[in-house]
Amino acid sequence: MIRFLTKGILRDRSRSLFPILIVAAGAFLTVAFYCYIQGAEINVVRSSANLRFGHVRVMTAAYAAEADQIPNDAALTGVEALKEKLRTLAPEMDWVARIQFGGLLDVPDAGGETRIQAPAAGMAVDLLTPGSIEPGLLNLERILVRGRLPQRAGEVLIGDELARKLGLEPGAPVTLVGSAMHGGMSMANLAVAGTIRFGIQAMDRTGIIADLADIRGALDMEDAAGEVLGLFRDGIYVHERAKALAAAFNAGPAAPSDSFRPVMQTLAQQPGLDIMIEKMGLFTAILVLVFLLAMSLVQWNAGLIGTLRRHGEFGLRLALGESKDRAYLSLLGEAVIIGLIGSAIGTALGLALAYYLQAHGIDVSGMMKNMSFLMDPILRAKITPFAFAVGFVPGLLASVIGTAIAGRAIYKRRTATLFKELET
Amino acid sequence: MENGMLIKTTDLTKVYPMGGQSITALDKVNLSFAKGEFAGLVGPSGSGKTTLLNILGSLDVPTRGSAEVLGEKIETLTHRKAAELRNHHIGFIFQTFNLLPVYTVYENVEFPLLLLGMAPAARRRAVLAALEWVHLSDRARSRPAQLSGGQCQRVAIARAVVKKPDLVLADEPTANLDAENSHHILHTMADINRDLGTTFLFSTHDDKVISHLRRKITLIDGRVAKDEPGPAAEKRP
Ligand SMILES: Nc1ncnc2c1ncn2[C@@H]1O[C@H](COP(=O)(O)OP(=O)(O)OP(=O)(O)O)[C@@H](O)[C@H]1O
Ligand SMILES: [Mg+2]
Repeated sequence: MIRFLTKGILRDRSRSLFPILIVAAGAFLTVAFYCYIQGAEINVVRSSANLRFGHVRVMTAAYAAEADQIPNDAALTGVEALKEKLRTLAPEMDWVARIQFGGLLDVPDAGGETRIQAPAAGMAVDLLTPGSIEPGLLNLERILVRGRLPQRAGEVLIGDELARKLGLEPGAPVTLVGSAMHGGMSMANLAVAGTIRFGIQAMDRTGIIADLADIRGALDMEDAAGEVLGLFRDGIYVHERAKALAAAFNAGPAAPSDSFRPVMQTLAQQPGLDIMIEKMGLFTAILVLVFLLAMSLVQWNAGLIGTLRRHGEFGLRLALGESKDRAYLSLLGEAVIIGLIGSAIGTALGLALAYYLQAHGIDVSGMMKNMSFLMDPILRAKITPFAFAVGFVPGLLASVIGTAIAGRAIYKRRTATLFKELET
Repeated sequence: MENGMLIKTTDLTKVYPMGGQSITALDKVNLSFAKGEFAGLVGPSGSGKTTLLNILGSLDVPTRGSAEVLGEKIETLTHRKAAELRNHHIGFIFQTFNLLPVYTVYENVEFPLLLLGMAPAARRRAVLAALEWVHLSDRARSRPAQLSGGQCQRVAIARAVVKKPDLVLADEPTANLDAENSHHILHTMADINRDLGTTFLFSTHDDKVISHLRRKITLIDGRVAKDEPGPAAEKRP
């Protein structure tokens, strides 16, 4: 009987072509979107990890409690020893120390008197040690607008917008006024090496990137750092591994009451990313559900038109002794065949597009001139094993659901009436 | 069934609701048919011929009265039981739209056997034999659209008789055919009637069909007006 149905589907274009096209289109969109979301997630996760949080983030418990206030008085101390310990614990990761800091940027005039001041929010990273991975993580080459990257102690990068507001050219001297780790005011005389554009307004208006050693000196933070970030070398966040590592680290011997004990958090615990990482399954389910609903409606309609057109055929088949149950089941059988063929075609096309995006990407930097430079301007996708199956869910189900609803017409009419409709 | 009757109707009545009124398509029809009959329903348009055939074929149900076919009371059959009765015992030939256009001649004839769940080898033998009866063995792979009207009707006959049913119901089987084709298919059906003992019941306006009948029943306004031996009565096998 399946052979019989398949022949019918293949020979009757109007029975097959349109429904298969719908199913294929739906499966294609589902697969392509799914892979794109996977790719986008990886992009966002990657830039969040590189710029702010690492894949895991170590801070003191006190610092972690109000990390958004940058409480450097609760910074980690003994950072070199800590990094050594972390390297032993997780040799597959890179470990970097960073200091976030706030302060006032003071621009002197020719006579050395204050000409203009502006608040600044900075990040101190290891810019100068040969082989430091930080310039690469922050993508400094690409976000540089004017000047050059720092090459000597005392050189900083500042947000291009901030630089313009303050009338600063590369090479200009600035003074950073802040508060030292153990209290008291601190001052550091710095030189602007270049300006950068993050593409994030707040950072462009107030942002500074300084060398870690300079800021340690200025803030009296020798061998201290606000945070130590760990990043998997391949750049891909693996939640299970990060979670296991954090659990192992946090289970260490330090007294839990010590508010200066170092604690490790995963990327998924960072603000905004919890949703991104942990609710991804939910997003996918919603995406698939939306496609399923939309396509079921279309298939229902296509099925209504289809069965209307085929009342004659069904009348005849019933007259020949087919039971209504069997006729209905044969319609569902056709729907399964159509769903499988359409889903297979759509999935193949979707994966082909996703593969292209994964391998080459589509450069949309032209379209995002004024958007975040921190975002990768290459549209990418990621093919996961589930991508092979995800298109079949809406494809097959929509075909079957749509037909199941439309096909009830078989039961709603007397056989003789069904038959008569073909004679007119 | 009593007296070896294949069909027996008792005060069979069919009333169609029509807006506020109702149309009595069949009015207390009492008829019996024995196995092996070659009988026809004649009468003016609207006299109830199709209605009667549909009820006897369990495609429709009586409003009142009873129709007993092969021991089954049509008025009490479930959908499933009715399908089973048609599937195993009754072959249909209709005036138009007799064939499934998507399928070949061979597949159209094969369809009732697929429903019966017959084994492939036996199925193949039966289909080829049925095509032989109607002289269409050479067109097995054609689609209905590639056949003439007469050839289509012959395929429909092959499909109606391929499962060797007890009863074939044919509603104006020659209405779309020319004289030559009409005679041809009537000879075919008469041969099958003689060789297999299949009971045939026609509805027709066609004199050529009537000339082959061994029993002729005239319906007028849903009533049996006349029930007489047909022109071919003396040829009774
Ligand atoms: N589904 C229906 N609803 C309402 N009335 C119907 C229906 N089917 C048939 N009738 C009516 O029942 C009567 C008998 O119809 P039927 O089709 O049995 O006639 P017939 O003898 O086959 O006519 P013809 O020779 O034209 O085919 C007619 O008056 C017809 O209008
Ligand atoms: Mg009629």
